[in-house]
Amino acid sequence: MAEKILSRRGSKTVYAGDLAVVEVDNVMIVDSIAESVIEILETELKAVPKYPERVSIVIDHVAPASSVNVAKSHQVSRRFAAETGVRLFDVGRGICHQVLIEERLAFPGAIVLGSDSHSTTYGAVAAFGTGMGATDIALAAASGKTWLRVPESVKVTLEGELPDGVSAKDIALEMIRVLTADGATYMSVEIHAGDKFSRGERMTLANLCVEAGAKAGMVVPGGEILTMYDVPDWVYPDPDAIYARAITIDLSHLTPRMSVPSYVDNVAEVSSLRGIRVDQVFIGTCTNGRLEDLQIAAAILKGRKVAAHTRLLVIPASSEVLEAAMQDGTLLTIIQAGGTLSTPGCGPCMGRHQGVLAPGEVCVSTSNRNFIGRMGDKDAKIYLASPAVAAATAIMGEIALPSDVPYA
Amino acid sequence: MARVWKFSDSINTDDILPGKYAPFMVGADVFHKYAFHHFRPEFALEVQPGDLLVGGKNWGLGSSREYAPKALKRLEIGGIIAKSFARIHYRNLLNLGIPAFDSLEIPDLLEDGEIVTYDRDAGIITRSSGEVLRLPPPPEFLREALKAGSILEYYKQFQKFPGE
Repeated sequence: MAEKILSRRGSKTVYAGDLAVVEVDNVMIVDSIAESVIEILETELKAVPKYPERVSIVIDHVAPASSVNVAKSHQVSRRFAAETGVRLFDVGRGICHQVLIEERLAFPGAIVLGSDSHSTTYGAVAAFGTGMGATDIALAAASGKTWLRVPESVKVTLEGELPDGVSAKDIALEMIRVLTADGATYMSVEIHAGDKFSRGERMTLANLCVEAGAKAGMVVPGGEILTMYDVPDWVYPDPDAIYARAITIDLSHLTPRMSVPSYVDNVAEVSSLRGIRVDQVFIGTCTNGRLEDLQIAAAILKGRKVAAHTRLLVIPASSEVLEAAMQDGTLLTIIQAGGTLSTPGCGPCMGRHQGVLAPGEVCVSTSNRNFIGRMGDKDAKIYLASPAVAAATAIMGEIALPSDVPYA
Repeated sequence: MARVWKFSDSINTDDILPGKYAPFMVGADVFHKYAFHHFRPEFALEVQPGDLLVGGKNWGLGSSREYAPKALKRLEIGGIIAKSFARIHYRNLLNLGIPAFDSLEIPDLLEDGEIVTYDRDAGIITRSSGEVLRLPPPPEFLREALKAGSILEYYKQFQKFPGE
């Protein structure tokens, strides 16, 4: 799929290992990087975005501003957007990847560059999404193009039916365990799942591909993607496509998983971690902050209470998710159980605000990284899990499976 | 003279510069003082221009934050030698013009705190014993760009990408 999309959008047919210069459909810039990108454009390149309509700035990583420094950097983004006409998604609209997919700025066959490593998420809708740093992003905004080495592909086939209580997050963690944190470096992970999985579940799968080092994570279109989008024939992989590696995951035997401190590929069965006392549970992020994630958590929390010593923080991934979760009662259930809410955005995922951890604290999070110091103090510990496991853990006050929660 | 700062496998971008010390959080003038703040708090205080960082496999995994290598550039490190690099981080190093060398053998030979002579242009490290280590040349497709200093400098000169 990667070869086909990059060939279509470059000047020639390319194969794995080739260098390609390709047109970019959207350049996505987050608030934490925007000031650097703007500085490179204005002072180094002395250029404005070639196609302003193909550039999006999303204020999500620290939103609303937590300090005067952050507020000043947001001010620079707003000034730049007003001057150049690029799209601006301001405080509260949500997390960049969720917003670009909701706004249909990422779509089948598109090439989307993001100033955030989890830009692999766009592969959920069969876009080639990849993360880059400030200079690459500034060059792409100025030229409308980027250069890439065409990646080899790793084929991941998902077979069988997922048991109750096991989710896309558990599949993704299992995939990372098998591939390891650098098992797909420079490669595109191509996930074959037939018609299974919603767009949101596909976003969880594609999002976490970067934790195996991948350049892109593509899910072959199927199921609701086909009714939501026009998928061009040239997006699909050829039947005789060449893969650097192929793995199969049998979903029918999968159990809930967790990434144990302090690497994402350090994956264990939740059942082996039961009983670890937890100070904070965080449900949200570009990995698991969608309506279906909040609904799964609410179904477990309904009629129950979060443990007295545990804090439950819930952050919807976008304003659309927030509105839908208000309308269907999901948020009421979460609040009644003792959870609390923050503004749609990245929240405490990278330890900047809205739930930073103290020394020695333990957090179970539905996010995507558990590195040392990621969410606060270097002596805090982060376990990554699905929304169902996170909700069960919040009630029990210790790492738990949904089946451990007593009847309300 | 260059001091060797040796690190383990899987040094991630949160190790290099924790997200809470990003320039927009603490100020663009001071963020580099937090390089390896969790991991090796003495690093930013003691590192000298030209010092070499040596790592294991998958150096730079994690976030796309260019300000992590930019902090190292601000501290004027001489280069990074690792067994392998994560891809976004590798691009960031190229864009900033920080020399990055892939070598499976050299990281195991060098010791933390060792003082060596480092000739960046020739790609040669000379140890105090007189032993000479030759750093591998960059991949061919990058040499043209690296002659300009970085991909950014190349684009500024030619208004196109290498290979375009």
